[in-house]
Amino acid sequence: MIHISENLSAVLYLVSGVCFILALRGLSSPDSARKGNLFGIAGMVIAVGTTAALPAVLSYEVIIAGIVIGGAIGTLIARKIEMTALPQLVAAFHSLVGLAACFVAAAAFYRPEAYGIGRFLDIGTASLIEMSLGLAIGAVTFTGSIIAFGKLQGLISGAPLVFPGQHLLNAVLGIGLVALVVLLVQVQSEVTFWSILALSLLIGVLIIVPIGGADMPVVISMLNSYSGWAACGIGFTLSNSLLIITGALVGSSGAILSYIMCKGMNRSFFSVILGGFGGESEAAGVSHGDRAIKSGSAEDAAFIMENASSVIIVPGYGMAVAQAQHTLREIGDILRQRGVNVRYAIHPVAGRMPGHMNVLLAEANVPYDHVLELEEINRDFPQTDVAFVIGANDVTNPAAKTDPTSPIYGMPILDVENARTVLFVKRSLASGYAGVDNELFFRDNTMMLFADAKKMCEEIVISLG
Amino acid sequence: MTPEQLIERANRLAEESRELAEHSAELIRQATSGVPETASVAGIDPFLFGLTVLVLSCFVGYYVVWRVTPALHSPLMSVTNAISSVIIVGALIAAGPAEMNFSQIMGFFAVVLASVNIFGGFIVTQRMLSMFRKKR
Repeated sequence: MIHISENLSAVLYLVSGVCFILALRGLSSPDSARKGNLFGIAGMVIAVGTTAALPAVLSYEVIIAGIVIGGAIGTLIARKIEMTALPQLVAAFHSLVGLAACFVAAAAFYRPEAYGIGRFLDIGTASLIEMSLGLAIGAVTFTGSIIAFGKLQGLISGAPLVFPGQHLLNAVLGIGLVALVVLLVQVQSEVTFWSILALSLLIGVLIIVPIGGADMPVVISMLNSYSGWAACGIGFTLSNSLLIITGALVGSSGAILSYIMCKGMNRSFFSVILGGFGGESEAAGVSHGDRAIKSGSAEDAAFIMENASSVIIVPGYGMAVAQAQHTLREIGDILRQRGVNVRYAIHPVAGRMPGHMNVLLAEANVPYDHVLELEEINRDFPQTDVAFVIGANDVTNPAAKTDPTSPIYGMPILDVENARTVLFVKRSLASGYAGVDNELFFRDNTMMLFADAKKMCEEIVISLG
Repeated sequence: MTPEQLIERANRLAEESRELAEHSAELIRQATSGVPETASVAGIDPFLFGLTVLVLSCFVGYYVVWRVTPALHSPLMSVTNAISSVIIVGALIAAGPAEMNFSQIMGFFAVVLASVNIFGGFIVTQRMLSMFRKKR
């Protein structure tokens, strides 16, 4: 086996880092994105190959076994996964990065010679602090992502879990963590090292449980960011610039996505972290009084859309849950063939993770140039004949603009109310994720289509015949 | 003081001074052998070097990520997830030594986890991206 010099490896790591930057750069448009992904793969191959050729790596059996086992599992999962389950998958993957960071930190703690940072229980102060950071962030990412996975997968309730003294407890644990790191620097002991791990694992659980299902897009982006910072911490410990570069790229990417998601819900990052908002509010007992609503059938909807010159479809997560995207695309195709201008409007927080709805529509073969973002399409609603809202609710609620007491006040919404006719596919009059009533249901130009999203779409396709 | 005693004292003194000379020579050797090692890093703390890389990378990340089209935010997440598994670099070094020990076991698990992520992340990203097509 060839062994390469430290200088050569540093150069190759740099090449690998540049590949990762190009991978992200490629995502600026769908055309260049596939090439970008290949850059990412190339960067990873270079990074792994370079490390394997370092003089410190002598035996390959264990490494090859690990890569084969892990690679097989990863390939299998990635090929089988449904696109609706993408958020859970990403959460699960984040947890693995976090756990891997913990393992690497433990390996470095017990055998620092391999990384040139000292001897067992005799590690430099700077390295110890960096190692503790990598370990703590990795552990928080690990358990936090597991909780997020459980909530998204429906294994545990999506409702926020709040209890008195929660924030105080978290603050105390946070201070305790800092104290443990200081202790580790002063008296290097195994017990302290594992205590840091245990405490961080606990903190990871506690900071995610109070966050409700509605805020999951933020949580998932936040954990994305954490996994990057964990890699960064390990990068500092090992004085490896590739890990630092990559960690910083991933960390800033996750942070920006969190910011975009928070803005999409008009929530401050801080209030999301503090939690307690949203949940499974299929709100029982929301009083609607005796207000009249107009409900229609699939034939009515088909007739209205057929005779329109423009239709904007507003899909929400309910559409994805009902697996209605393929039938929905059929409706769009038929209408387009008849000369109706059909477009799709995507709210930033439609779906359970950033960009989720775009993927689901792309999977159903909706061309991406028919799918528009909120800022691109919002001013077109007044000139639009029909807004077809399917599986979305809160993101169309005018209360976000008019009612300062509403929990969703200030959230940017799709102005479907400005369209000549609004068609709402819904199972019942229940309020949305945020537990807020939508007064759009009671407007004169609104027609409610009470049915399961998929069933309604199928019936509309038949009626369009 | 007899001449014998004098000779003995002189011998002892000579012995002691030789030991002292050896000791100081050893000290000098230790001191000088340490010099080139420290000199290579004395210029700049490795932490500051890392910090430089970190800050510049954050800026690169900031500008690159803002240019990502919102439609591709999901692939962005899965690909960043895949590349953050570059942590496998640390795992390989831990799993690499010839002899089996606790660190190597830790390294092995880390290699497995990171590999799941690398393969899973890149493949799922590729799957997603292959769906994004323009109008036929």
